[in-house]
Amino acid sequence: MPNTALLAETGEITSFAGRFFREGFRPRYELAELLHQCYVVGYQSLPMVGITGFIMGMVLTLQSRPTMAQFGAESWIPVMVGLTIIREMGPIITALIFAGKIGSSIGAELGSMRVTEQIDAMEVSGTNPFKYLVATRVLATTLMLPLLTILADAIALYASFLGVNMKGTTTLALFTNNILSGLTFGDVLPAFVKTFFFGFAIGLIGCYKGYFSDKGTEGVGQAANSAVVVASLVIFLLDLVAVQITGLLGLN
Amino acid sequence: MQPESIVQEMPSPAAAPAMAETVLTVDNVSKSFGDNHVLRNFSLALRRGENVVVLGKSGSGKSVLIKCIIGLLLPDAGRITVLGQDVATLDHAAMDRLRAKVGFLFQSNALYDSMTVRDNLLFPLRRHWLAHGPAEEEALVHQALDDVGLAHTAELLPAELSGGMRKRIALARTLILRPDIILYDEPTTGLDPVTAREIDHLIREVQQKYRTSALIISHDMNCVRLVADRVVLLVDGRCYAEGTYEELAGNADPKVHEFFA
Ligand SMILES: Nc1ncnc2c1ncn2[C@@H]1O[C@H](COP(=O)(O)OP(=O)(O)OP(=O)(O)O)[C@@H](O)[C@H]1O
Ligand SMILES: [Mg+2]
Repeated sequence: MPNTALLAETGEITSFAGRFFREGFRPRYELAELLHQCYVVGYQSLPMVGITGFIMGMVLTLQSRPTMAQFGAESWIPVMVGLTIIREMGPIITALIFAGKIGSSIGAELGSMRVTEQIDAMEVSGTNPFKYLVATRVLATTLMLPLLTILADAIALYASFLGVNMKGTTTLALFTNNILSGLTFGDVLPAFVKTFFFGFAIGLIGCYKGYFSDKGTEGVGQAANSAVVVASLVIFLLDLVAVQITGLLGLN
Repeated sequence: MQPESIVQEMPSPAAAPAMAETVLTVDNVSKSFGDNHVLRNFSLALRRGENVVVLGKSGSGKSVLIKCIIGLLLPDAGRITVLGQDVATLDHAAMDRLRAKVGFLFQSNALYDSMTVRDNLLFPLRRHWLAHGPAEEEALVHQALDDVGLAHTAELLPAELSGGMRKRIALARTLILRPDIILYDEPTTGLDPVTAREIDHLIREVQQKYRTSALIISHDMNCVRLVADRVVLLVDGRCYAEGTYEELAGNADPKVHEFFA
């Protein structure tokens, strides 16, 4: 039974996504609301993304130092940490934090709007609630997560520089040069592209859960909760797919 | 002037609306959710300037009826005509134009809780492209809040209002569009008797001031007595009885009588 439920839900989310592409890009364009959502979604996550980015860079550096020292490869720390952060840790950690912060708040917000009939009220007020509420939020998360990831990467790399500098000494210029020399196009591009998909999934699932939330306050809590759970799972699945695709494209 | 014509000036039941045009018809409408047959061949007509109350038990399908009228639910069978237009045949744009002329007061008020009272009122106005410039917007907001006696609340959030105030703001949000028809879903349920009577009088005042027609859903008998020109009794998804308050109150049928007992 849970299997059929899972399949049914996958189908429903897919058709919800289809509706986004059918309706989301037709007039009337909700530009003002889109900008507002970008601001809300981006600004709300800044502190969390900044802090986790910093800790991620610092911890990765400090943790890898003893092992690298054993092999006399301390000079490789910047390259190794840089690759780890840019290719994998930055995108995935930021996406998970973003799902926890934004996915749940979208789920709860739309859920309570559904329960208190605010969505119906919009509909009778000359507004397509799908476009006004869902399309704007999905677009906002799709556009903002890549930017937040770049920011988190930058902060993490700076933290890594601080970590390296705790014992040995290096300059920021040397450190940066070191990382850049180890990076290729194939490291950066796939990592950047997949964050759009992560952002899309988080917004879409949050909106889906809220938009179709069960009546009652319990439904709102459930919507917020399962928005995070499902989105996190989907992020990992997408990451797996991304690895396979970059492999096939010869970018690994 | 003859004494009779003075009587005619009063908001008397049945008298004036008798010859007025019909603004809303519900014609043999049925609606089921799975095995739950909520409406079965329900019919109703609303004439210009008239207040019709639909009376029915909790769960009898009153909200479903009103949502079918405004196009939030699709009836399984039957026809609904609002201001001469068949609701089922309208596309999105035409539907929006029609909805600008039909106010809907939700049972739950449905105020946008992330917006201030002013933004709540401005939302339908702007979305229907009905205001021209900030000055006119401000005037309309002020007028609507004044009509419901809450001119000082414009900057508050819905969470900062009492239940009765929220109901009035929801009413103001409906009035700001100057609708031809207002659909009220249980305007007085859950309010204390004093506030409920105030809302009843407000409904009467609005009807007289703007000459609106209203379909009012209720099971509050005081509300029915005060605002109804005509009462329709909804039982088992059908129009079970119809008449003025006095006519139905005098009806001996047990299913009618239990509402008036
Ligand atoms: N969207 C829906 N899906 C399934 N069933 C519904 C839906 N909306 C209403 N119903 C069912 O229709 C019936 C009538 O509901 P409705 O809300 O119209 O009652 P009501 O007359 O407005 O009652 P109340 O006075 O308590 O508001 C109920 O049995 C309800 O379970
Ligand atoms: Mg109801």
